Formats: sequence, structure tokens, C-alpha cells
Amino acid sequence: MMSFRAASDQSLLIRFGAPAPKVPAVRLLSVPGIRNVHPAYESLLVVFDSLALDHEAVERIVRDLMAEESALPDAAPRVVEIPVSYGGENGPDLEDVAAISGLSAAEVIELHSATIYTVSFLGFVPGFAYLSGLPDRLAAPRLKSPRTRVPAGSVAIGGKQTAVYPMTTPGGWRLIGRTTLQLFDPAREKMSLLEIGDQVRFRPL
Amino acid sequence: MKTIRVESPGLFTTVQDLGRPGFGPIGVSASGACDPIALRVGNLLLGNTENAAGLEMTLQGGRYLFPEGAMISLGGSDFGATVDGSPVPVWVPREVMPGQVLTVGRSQSGARAYLCVRGGVAVPLVLGSASTHILSGLGGLEGRPLRKGDVLPIGPEPERPPRRGVRESAAAELGPRKMLRVTDGPQTDWFADSTISDFYASTYTVTPEANRMGLRLEGKALASGVSGDMMTEGVSLGCIQVPSGGQPVILFVEQQTTGGYPKIANVIAADLPSVGQLKPGDQIRFVRLDLREARELLYMQERLIRTESSYL
Repeated sequence: MMSFRAASDQSLLIRFGAPAPKVPAVRLLSVPGIRNVHPAYESLLVVFDSLALDHEAVERIVRDLMAEESALPDAAPRVVEIPVSYGGENGPDLEDVAAISGLSAAEVIELHSATIYTVSFLGFVPGFAYLSGLPDRLAAPRLKSPRTRVPAGSVAIGGKQTAVYPMTTPGGWRLIGRTTLQLFDPAREKMSLLEIGDQVRFRPL
Repeated sequence: MKTIRVESPGLFTTVQDLGRPGFGPIGVSASGACDPIALRVGNLLLGNTENAAGLEMTLQGGRYLFPEGAMISLGGSDFGATVDGSPVPVWVPREVMPGQVLTVGRSQSGARAYLCVRGGVAVPLVLGSASTHILSGLGGLEGRPLRKGDVLPIGPEPERPPRRGVRESAAAELGPRKMLRVTDGPQTDWFADSTISDFYASTYTVTPEANRMGLRLEGKALASGVSGDMMTEGVSLGCIQVPSGGQPVILFVEQQTTGGYPKIANVIAADLPSVGQLKPGDQIRFVRLDLREARELLYMQERLIRTESSYL
């Protein structure tokens, strides 16, 4: 069931209790008084100007827009291919992931790159896309102590998720490869390579 | 065009306006001035729009040359600024003559001081804002902190005349607080009543890990009553999350946009500028309000800002 809860005096957290439906982010952002939206797996955080709107008003706006949006047909998703150099110094945790899964490193690469993933949402840092669709076999727990420096472009597995680190940051996911594609580039017109709803396929180099 | 020449940028000085909200869907937090009241009032006193870009200085000021002169105002914490030996008080517009240098000292109390100029710092807008976002390299001057030798253009003068200053009583009321008022967070009910009581009864110290992304606190550890992982969700500005170690963290203007730790409370909008003035070693406490009280405080604060910036 959809539930609404104040996250702060200027934000409202909507929990869907199921994978988030199509979120009308762009339309919400065009409503006067709504300042930001943060979609996630099963929730949406809406940030608003609390001098212009209150939580009840924002709840009504979200309900109305979602009802309209669900009546629209789905657009065909875009497929983005990401070339990856798996293993070695680019993917120092590949062997560990193989050991956890009971597969060989080659089989991990084959399975990881044979799957089509979907961008659930972006968060954490600019351009970081949470990808859903990781085969259960490849799920691997996060590192007990996170690395202080994960190189930009690292392809990683954390729990049941996979993602590419867009920039060099600390991180606790297991690194299986690296891409030279720039996931986030402030000089590019489309700063973030990936957007919600995109499909992603990794191509081994 | 008038310019500002950076002779020394202090410790960490960036170009900031009121931020770049609206890019949550690509994981970019809003950024913007840590103490937006300081910047807004500083701008309004100069006749600028409140969102004009200024310089945010952290703990230490620096030296800024104005080859063509400019009208300036300082905001936020008083770092002890001077022009040719004559003191420049906070929130009082001041004419700087061509060739004069503004020297800004170091923090005596709050963490951040702002330099506003009549006309604003005219760096190109990125996604509608001049605000520097360090992690993504967006905005400001090449998306980075200022360096010695940087030259910043000053925009055209606004039509509105500058104002005289802010009344002392109002400045005190708009100044930073160490008793931060908060409302419940989305996971407050994950914590036992006794843990919540501990949170409000304890003093927390700001650790050296305090920056634009967030502030780690140290004090009474808070145990989350619920075990197991939380599903990642959007996090709001000023939320107080409690990682497994139990020491709370306040997420701030360049925060991660989503997170998976429970949040016990959230600093109210009216007190977020106070968070921007906290520095390592500061001792703070939290006071619990409801949403209606939080909104009333924001209204009152907003009315005071409006009144003061039209005071002559």
C-alpha cells in the first residue's frame, strides 16, 4: 500500500510497498513550490518549499500526477552498452565473487555480461545508477571494511545489485571490472550517461 | 568589467549561490551556500537578488584584490576582515576603492564567512546555478575551490540601491544556534523510546569529519532497535542518520542523495543555516519540535529577513 510520511519539515517520503511505479519526476519538478525529487527502489522523496506548500498539499499533487501518468503508454527503453575489462587489477574482487558463487571467474563474467539490467534509480553520488536484474547466483555481500578509494569506472557487485562507480569515491561493493566510459561528465550536455528506466548491458573486452 | 583577484584563497573557498535543486533524479544534490541566510542578507543589502553568487570561505578567509573597485558586504561568521587596516564589519555594505585588498582573517566562532559583491560573482551558470559542487566538478569556477591567481568577473550593477545594514538585534536573532531544532525522521520509530530520550538529553561534539557533505558527531551512541538492512531511499537535507556504530551523522548541502541508514530526526529548515556554521569541536544539542512549530519558525525567520533587508 502506498504510504506518505514527513521526512522533514520540507520533504515528504512516499513508500509504495512494491517496486516504484513510473514516477512523474519531470512533471513534479515543474509544479511551483516543488524543489527536488529523489526516486529510489520503492520510494520517492519529494522536497518542497515549505513557505509555499505543506505535506498535505504535496501528497495531493503526487496522487493526482501519478494517476495521470499511469494512464500513459510506456516508451521503449533505451539500451546502453558498457564495455568492461573484467578481472585483474581492474576487478580485484572477481576471484572472490567467483568463490562465493561457486562459479569460475570466466563463468561470472559470462553470466554478468549476458544479463540485461534496468536502471532502477540514480543516487549516492552523481551518475551512480542502481541496476536491477543481477542473477541471484552472482549476489555477493559487501566488503566488511569498505575501500577508502574505489577508482572511477569500477564495475561492482553489492548484495543483489550491480553498478558502475562514476567517480573515485569510498565504497564497499566488490569490484569485478572497470569501464573507461564516463558515467558522469559535467561538460557533456547529457551529464549522466544513464537515466531511470534505461537498459544496460555489459560487454567484456 | 570589474573583477576580483584571488591573492590567497584561505583553506577552502568556493563560489556559491542558493544551490541547484531539481537534479535528484541523476544523483546530484542541490549544493549551495552552507549558511544561506548569510549569503541572502549579504546580497539584499547590496541591492542584488538574494540568489546572486558570492564566495564561501571556510575557517580561514584569504586576500582578495579589487583592481577596479567594488561595493562589497560580508556575511556569516565574523573572520575579522579589513581593507587597508580598517575593519569591515559583517552585513554592512562597504565601498572598496580600485586597487584595494580585502584581507579576511580566520574563524573566531562560526565556520563560514561570505563575501558578496554588488553585481554578484558572474561565473557561468551550470544547470541554472553558479554553485560549486565539488564531487561532481559542477559549477563555480571550473567546479573546484579557488586558487591563488584566479580572476572572478563581477556582474553588472543592479538598479536597486544598496542598504545601510542590519539592526544588531535582528542580526543576533538570525545568527547561528547550537541548540538545533529537529522534527522526527522517517525511521524515528525504529529507535526505542529510551534511545530517543538519550538523543535529546545528550550533548554531541562535531568531529573533524565535518564538511559540505555532512558532519559526523560524537557522543552517546544510539542503538537502532531494528536489525537488518534498510532499503535505500532518498535522504533529505539535514537528516540525522545513525549508522551501525551508533554515532549520528548530519547530511548536508553536498550530501549523497540516497542512503540506507535509519534517520532518527531531521534539522528544521529554519536551523539549517546554523549547521553551516558548525565546526569541529563545537558542542550541540537537539530539541524536538512538531511540523507546525517548525513551519512557524521558518515563517518568522523569513519575515525578519524581508524586514531587515529593506531597512535603511
